[in-house]
Amino acid sequence: MILDVILFYGAAIVALASGLFVIAQRSPINSAFSLIVTMCSLAVMFAMLGSGFIAVLQVVVYAGAIMVLFLFVIMLLNTKQDEGDRGGGIGRAAMALGIILALQSMVVVWKGAETLPANQRVTTSADVARGLFSSPRFLYAFEATSILILSAMVGAIVVARKEKGK
Amino acid sequence: MPDLDALYTSTLNGFEVAHAGFVQVALAVSAFLFVVGTVGVFVRRNVITVMMCIELMLNAVNLAFVAFSRAHGTIDGQILVFFVFTVAAAEAAVGLAIVIALQRHREDLDVDSFNIMKG
Amino acid sequence: MEMLLSPANKEMGIDALIALIKVAVIFGALLVLFSLMTLIERRVLAFMQFRRGPNRVGWFGILQPAADGIKLFFKEEVMPEGAHKFLFFAAPVVAIITAYVALAVVPYGGPLVLPFYGQVSVLGRPLDIQIASLDVGVLFIFAVTSLGVYGIVLAGYASNNKYALLGGLRSSAQMFSYELALGMSWVSVIMAAGSFRLTDIVATTEQWGIWPWMILQSPAFIIYMIAACAEVNRTPFDLAESETELVAGFHLEYSSMKFALLQMAEYINMITVCALASNMFLGGWLSPLPGLLPNSPLWFFAKMLFLLFVFIWVRATVPRFRYDQLMRFGWKRLIPAVAIWVVFYSGLTAGFGERKSPPTTMAARVVAAPGVSR
Repeated sequence: MILDVILFYGAAIVALASGLFVIAQRSPINSAFSLIVTMCSLAVMFAMLGSGFIAVLQVVVYAGAIMVLFLFVIMLLNTKQDEGDRGGGIGRAAMALGIILALQSMVVVWKGAETLPANQRVTTSADVARGLFSSPRFLYAFEATSILILSAMVGAIVVARKEKGK
Repeated sequence: MPDLDALYTSTLNGFEVAHAGFVQVALAVSAFLFVVGTVGVFVRRNVITVMMCIELMLNAVNLAFVAFSRAHGTIDGQILVFFVFTVAAAEAAVGLAIVIALQRHREDLDVDSFNIMKG
Repeated sequence: MEMLLSPANKEMGIDALIALIKVAVIFGALLVLFSLMTLIERRVLAFMQFRRGPNRVGWFGILQPAADGIKLFFKEEVMPEGAHKFLFFAAPVVAIITAYVALAVVPYGGPLVLPFYGQVSVLGRPLDIQIASLDVGVLFIFAVTSLGVYGIVLAGYASNNKYALLGGLRSSAQMFSYELALGMSWVSVIMAAGSFRLTDIVATTEQWGIWPWMILQSPAFIIYMIAACAEVNRTPFDLAESETELVAGFHLEYSSMKFALLQMAEYINMITVCALASNMFLGGWLSPLPGLLPNSPLWFFAKMLFLLFVFIWVRATVPRFRYDQLMRFGWKRLIPAVAIWVVFYSGLTAGFGERKSPPTTMAARVVAAPGVSR
């Protein structure tokens, strides 16, 4: 009802604004915080679109784990904070053109999505689980992602390790 | 004034059905964020910021998946979002490990300066 | 204007108003509980250390929290030079918001049934002692706890102080290392209940019987208490913020009300963790003697207070871990232990469990109270 509408549009506006801030901030830490705000507002939008499970997973995985990893790397690496746009004037022109392209794509998608149906029910975590585990296509992919994560873990540890003797 | 209340609510088997106009707005926001992320990848110079713009693009794609899942009434979109989460986490971990290893060899993290193999 | 007053909007407005009143009541109760906790901790620690705690300010020191509050209120607020102003402000705010929001999903009791009155219902709705009965309740608490890490990271970073930054990073690394074991310790409970909703978990406990449930889930409970102790930065895992190490850690540069907010966030986190344990592993508001004594929210509070006492007891008894010992314990001992438990329990469920749908939520059933005829 009216509260859902307010929440959804509010979250959409916050997502758009913080998405712009991610690329417009000078220092990487401010970009990281803007990205965290974007992710949380996207989680609200997921919840309003009927998938509360995915909303909570978004916060747990993205905002709660991946962005903490980014923040740690930025804080511990002491990256130089004076980088800005590529080459000054060209960089600003590129960003302005990019934002115009973004607005255009928004309008195009808006027009194209007018005929989509949208009156389905709210999905629960049991629905997602049923879909994930009942069809062999997704089940195979699910097992494969576990191996993917394992190899990523091992790879990250090996790559970031200090070499022996240094 | 259209009957927003009839437009926005009905119940189906006792579950609240949410709102008809949201899919369009969600897809538009997804398109905007995706293009903004792409612009960020091209324009920004710090490696970590570029990786964050890639994460922004992945988030926009997630939003599109969920919006389409609501539009078609199937659960496949949300399951794909699940997989995108896992792959994005793995990629962020390995990418940041590479950044750490790079930073040991040279002090700055400017993507333009990694040009040893040029020419 | 008449669109705003349509029937669906009116229903939603009434629901929102009831929720706001519940929020006000629970928020007030938690503030009182937090202030009593500070006093109880000091008294119980003192008792275990053969000394007396604060007993001068009121009868048995009962006004001590008020005195502490007044002192902190009048202290000077110092902001370090070169600190990131917005983040310096925002860090305690993030910490306290994430600490309190998790308590909105926890059920404090079932449907409110007063003795000799029956089911309390407001404007046609039965009143539950829970602010929001989310379908993904347990995961929501996990998400909010993950966001609580940011309060500490921001506090450490915004202080423009090497020691605060290091303390904050160490503390948050510890927190998210133990979050994994915390989440996995819930898997057996969620598997048994078939749902993430906390009222369903308590309903399943009632179906099984509270003692079989507690005995079967006890390894998960022990692992959960250890992980929760580390999650809340509590002894023996409080190296990053103890008074004697690393110049007091991430809240080094904070003074007065911001410091009070950070302390409050830590205690409310502790209360959240104990409330969750009492709901998931100890049966919540169910009575331990099912036939003899009725279920009531007082059981929930009693169990929660007992777990808080256990936290204080452990603080008085055990020396603290060194940081590398802590990380090694979290990753190399606790996570394999909880993984083995999850595999073992999955085997038990596959062998002996029956395939069932999630139980009907307790809101759909009225629990009988003394003096009420059904």
